[in-house]
Amino acid sequence: MDGKMKRCLNLFGTFFKIGLFTFGGGYAMLSLIEHEAVEKQKWISGEDLMDIFAIAESTPGPVAINTATYVGYKQAGVAGSASATLGVVMPSFIIIYIISLFIEQFMALTIVQNAFMGIQVAVGFLILRAGLRLMKKVPKDIFSRILCGGALIAMLLINIFAWDFSTIWLILIGAVCGIMAMTIRKAGGAK
Amino acid sequence: MIYLDLLFTFLKIGLFTFGGGYGMIPLVQQAVVGKGWLDAETLYQYIGICESTPGPIAINMATFVGSSQAGFWGSICATLGVVIPSFVIILLIAAVLKNFRENRYVNAALTGIRPVIGGVITATGAYVFLKCLIANFDVLSDMHADIRQIIVAAMLGIGMFVWCKLLKKKFSPILLIVFSAVCGIIVYGL
Repeated sequence: MDGKMKRCLNLFGTFFKIGLFTFGGGYAMLSLIEHEAVEKQKWISGEDLMDIFAIAESTPGPVAINTATYVGYKQAGVAGSASATLGVVMPSFIIIYIISLFIEQFMALTIVQNAFMGIQVAVGFLILRAGLRLMKKVPKDIFSRILCGGALIAMLLINIFAWDFSTIWLILIGAVCGIMAMTIRKAGGAK
Repeated sequence: MIYLDLLFTFLKIGLFTFGGGYGMIPLVQQAVVGKGWLDAETLYQYIGICESTPGPIAINMATFVGSSQAGFWGSICATLGVVIPSFVIILLIAAVLKNFRENRYVNAALTGIRPVIGGVITATGAYVFLKCLIANFDVLSDMHADIRQIIVAAMLGIGMFVWCKLLKKKFSPILLIVFSAVCGIIVYGL
């Protein structure tokens, strides 16, 4: 029991550190998690970590949370996964909460408003860049291309005309198309 | 009640976020702007701040939106909402569904989801970009090029070219945001 408590505290501390020193989202965490969880703490092997990332990519939710939950569970069960997840969330939460308390006074300054006019352009660019990177990884077959292009056009129209159509439906349509394509392919292969 | 609304909105967002923090932005934009919680410009400002502070973008965004709507407990509800689906799903996979990755229905669904996510994020980025460069983008009769934003975009383009291609330095989002802030101060301050 005492050993488990210690492991949980250690998980919390390590993932707190990972959350505090990662900039730019979950993928940037990969190298830090590798350093801490694989090399330093020897909680899991490098191969295991690759598996975890593959699972984190194929399940919904922030990659950082998925990885913390998984590593924590492997180390100390449900209590471990709660400790690791809490650890990775806490730095963000505290920092952003403090910022949010002062944001209005901060935003009232002309120089800050001007800075954010510039930052908006950078934000657009960063989102676009992330999207293009994902699109590059999409397989080059007709099925994937149609889905990708269709989603792109649909989403642009939804945004521009402020249509009340949730992105969630686009994702579900994608999932259904994927399952249908597999079923058709299997039926074709069985003949 | 705003707390429950925040919790359930972010639960739904957490459940359908694929492809990392950026995959969340289209969902957050729709939910938050659609509910009238924030206008689009304020949301982009928040995204800019979330990009330049440590931690997962998804958590930063949830905390930020939650706090803006209902203070401390609002940010707790939104953050819990975005974390719970991941946490539960990963626990299930780690404890029971060990062969989740080999399940062919899961894999088949993912072959459909991945291209959609790529398209959706790209479209969102393009929309944010266009909205910056074209003033009154939403009003067809009154839209026109926003010269100052175009100058900022050009400065960013040149800056990145010099940084990445000529100096061969690594690109980092924070650096781009800091640089864009300086460009904004120069272009809008003059």
